[in-house]
Amino acid sequence: MSGTVSLPANVVPVRIRLSRDDVILRIGLFCLITLLAIAVVFPLYTLLSKSLEDIDGKYVGLQNFREYFETPALFSSITNSLTVAISVALIVLVIAFVYGYALTRTRMPLRWLFRGIALIPILAPSLLAAISLIYWFGNQGVLRSWLGESSIYGPIGIIIGSCFWVFPHALMIIVTALSTADARLYEAAEALRTPKWRIFFTVTLPGAKYGILSAGFIVFTLVITDFGVPKVIGGRYNVLATDVYKQVVGQQNFEMGAVVSLILLLPAVLAFIADRWVQRRQIALLSPHAVPFQPKSHPLRDGILFVFCLIVSIILISMLAMAVYASFVTFWPYNLSLSLKNYNFDVMDGGGWEAYFNSIRMAIYCAVFGSGLIFFGSYLVEKARGVTWLRTILHLGSMLPLAVPGLVLGIAYIFFFNHPENPLGFLYGTMGILVICTIVHFYTVSHLTCLTALKQLDPEFEAVSLSLKSPVWRTFGKVTLPVCLPAFLDVASYLFLNAMTTVSAVVFLYSPETMLASVAVLNMDDAGDIAPAAAMALMIVYTSAVFRVLHALLARFINSRTQVWRTR
Amino acid sequence: MKKLEHSLTYSVRVIIGLIAGLTIAVTSSAETLMVYTAVEAEDLKRYAAAFNEDHPDIKIRWVRDSTGIVTAKLLAEKNNPRADVIWGLAATSLMLLQSEGMLQAYAPKGLNKLDSKFRDSANPPSWTGMDAWIAAVCVNTVEAGRNNLPTPTSWMDLTDPVYKGHLVMPNPNSSGTGFLDVSSWLQIYGERGGWQYMDNLHENIAWYTHSGSKPCKQAARGETPIGISFAFRGAKSKAAGAPLDIILPKEGVGWDMEATAIVKGTKKLSAAQTLVDWSITKKANKLYNQGYAVVAYPGIAKPVKHFPEGILDAMIDNDFQFAAVNRKKILAEWQKRYDAKSEAK
Repeated sequence: MSGTVSLPANVVPVRIRLSRDDVILRIGLFCLITLLAIAVVFPLYTLLSKSLEDIDGKYVGLQNFREYFETPALFSSITNSLTVAISVALIVLVIAFVYGYALTRTRMPLRWLFRGIALIPILAPSLLAAISLIYWFGNQGVLRSWLGESSIYGPIGIIIGSCFWVFPHALMIIVTALSTADARLYEAAEALRTPKWRIFFTVTLPGAKYGILSAGFIVFTLVITDFGVPKVIGGRYNVLATDVYKQVVGQQNFEMGAVVSLILLLPAVLAFIADRWVQRRQIALLSPHAVPFQPKSHPLRDGILFVFCLIVSIILISMLAMAVYASFVTFWPYNLSLSLKNYNFDVMDGGGWEAYFNSIRMAIYCAVFGSGLIFFGSYLVEKARGVTWLRTILHLGSMLPLAVPGLVLGIAYIFFFNHPENPLGFLYGTMGILVICTIVHFYTVSHLTCLTALKQLDPEFEAVSLSLKSPVWRTFGKVTLPVCLPAFLDVASYLFLNAMTTVSAVVFLYSPETMLASVAVLNMDDAGDIAPAAAMALMIVYTSAVFRVLHALLARFINSRTQVWRTR
Repeated sequence: MKKLEHSLTYSVRVIIGLIAGLTIAVTSSAETLMVYTAVEAEDLKRYAAAFNEDHPDIKIRWVRDSTGIVTAKLLAEKNNPRADVIWGLAATSLMLLQSEGMLQAYAPKGLNKLDSKFRDSANPPSWTGMDAWIAAVCVNTVEAGRNNLPTPTSWMDLTDPVYKGHLVMPNPNSSGTGFLDVSSWLQIYGERGGWQYMDNLHENIAWYTHSGSKPCKQAARGETPIGISFAFRGAKSKAAGAPLDIILPKEGVGWDMEATAIVKGTKKLSAAQTLVDWSITKKANKLYNQGYAVVAYPGIAKPVKHFPEGILDAMIDNDFQFAAVNRKKILAEWQKRYDAKSEAK
């Protein structure tokens, strides 16, 4: 009974008359399930039915799919996508594992700094990596000669660029997996005089196995569904994600776009299922009696790993630094004097400065409304009494968005909200739809974060307040929210950063009034204005960085006010 | 203290009231037109500002993209149009929209002053021309020298294997410039010869871009030595300091008109008509002339700096009817043959 993971299933043996609190919570549950149905399930259904229709909306069965598979150029995109995604997953896993190992299992100096540097890519849209690569290795790149005869435009560029932006995602999972080691196993192994390399292969690796697998699935899905990098640097190398874009935005061929995005949904869903399966196993590994592992100093090993981390960090920083430099260069490569010309967005494609301020507005909306809504949802899943089946439905509904790539979600939203008979059609083309889509896109991770925080609270708080006849919102306001405030802030910050950098879903949904900075980066690159594109991408980076710092300060302040009870 | 607080809240209220009042005043007096365009982004502000000098009460909301995208967007919105006016889209695209019954025929004031080539021949016309935009090849002299590439003088030259991997051209499915190139080759070399020519050219193309200006901007940056683009873009990049030669191939160059039309079903017809009236004035044409050497209003065109010479003689005798009628077929054929090399979008 206590072993259930997602829900503390308080099965109520006797039927108790519903209190007012129960009624309120049930109404809340019902409302959130309806919201998720409207924002996730219905759009996906419309996407599916659209793929079976022709241009006039007549049902044609699998005709579109047949057409797709008969076009050799489109079909080759599938193999291209798989090649790229698998290569990136393998490369990133190795680097992230060694890097994560150095951060968690050694006494290497400057670990905090390396950890911070590794998170840099999170502040930028994926396009920035590709833009920066053009300045490093493009035909006018500083290090063009390193590539010899081959060109950065193509699989090489896509793979390097993707590695850059997915690195922190893989690293965070692997660091978590490596942090939860049981020191007793190492002590036992050492007592048995097991050689170091053998301990690594029989204790360390198996312990982190599920984290590594999970990171692999995440990276694979991120890469196969990202089109920012291949769009900018793919050259003539077509992948699935850019095909969707080409069909829908380039040729307004929505039916074919639906077909390709369904094909794209398949690997994403498979990776999602595999990841869930892996996660369930991971939990069983941790026993309550585990003793935290304290790494010992080992100069040679720590030194080698220090050099490794230094190299990776230099690469990460140089990607960003090149973009910063290039954004100030007046006319690359013929006039290298520095100026602010490229920041004069108003005379270029891409919506000008207005796009930047729209992005900030959208990010704030997402942070405010999204974190409130998601926290409330996870509160209901965790704390509502009874109605286990409703809570399970809400929990499953909250997990679903993780399996849906942003690209697919965006297209599904076009079909659903632009349908002439949809009463919610007024949302189409507004800021509202961008906010909804972005919150849904990043719903699952936020939901899980809130859930973890809520689980720390003993259900006895609710039991006590119930017996004291204190209303549920008082407990919520006086106990639950203050205790969970750090997690709440984490979610708000996560939503803000992702809203600033996301391209994949919103690129199908913006209108001239709601142009976003990340989309502007894409459009400026499209028009050939690569330096202004870099400049706009950097505006996103600067903003995200400032926001991160503010968040850290606020979190420290709040921790000192509300989390004192955690330390004795 | 209390008093200060009071006066603060008071002044805040006054400010809020003023802002609210102003917003209402502004929004009620100005009408906003949704204008779809494929004009270069850097010119849009200029066009709107000049128009607002004469008509401050009509605001313009631009939706800008490449010609093919704007055309596809208009077609996709056929049953529920969002645009009021199209200002600056290829005439071949407007002819296509006209055949779909999507344009509102209207004879703008001063129509008879325009060169008769620059208007729909029907009466009243469905569209009126602004200027001609003309294909050209942008050659980066620095990069061409570094790669030992001879300067091409004809379209045929570009199929020489020496240029392999050094050429970039726009995808005609999304770019109007790309389409006028393809349609001009089909007219110059005939249908079979034209496709044969493109098969050979395809061997040399490094990648196809989404927009028509990108090949020239990439050539300007030296990212590619040679970009097939349009003359106006080349002249602009050259003015910005790029080491470019703008070549007009000797077989002749394709061209298209940028034109203006009213979208049928607009709820703001009179404002739309005011805009179209203005778009063919002498003042507007002088504006177009800042970038385009050939404009609809006869006798005012001044030579454009850095624009290649002899452009009027180089323009082919373009059969717009051929281009508009066969547009869909040509694009489908092109996609079937070459799309695997196309840049995303």
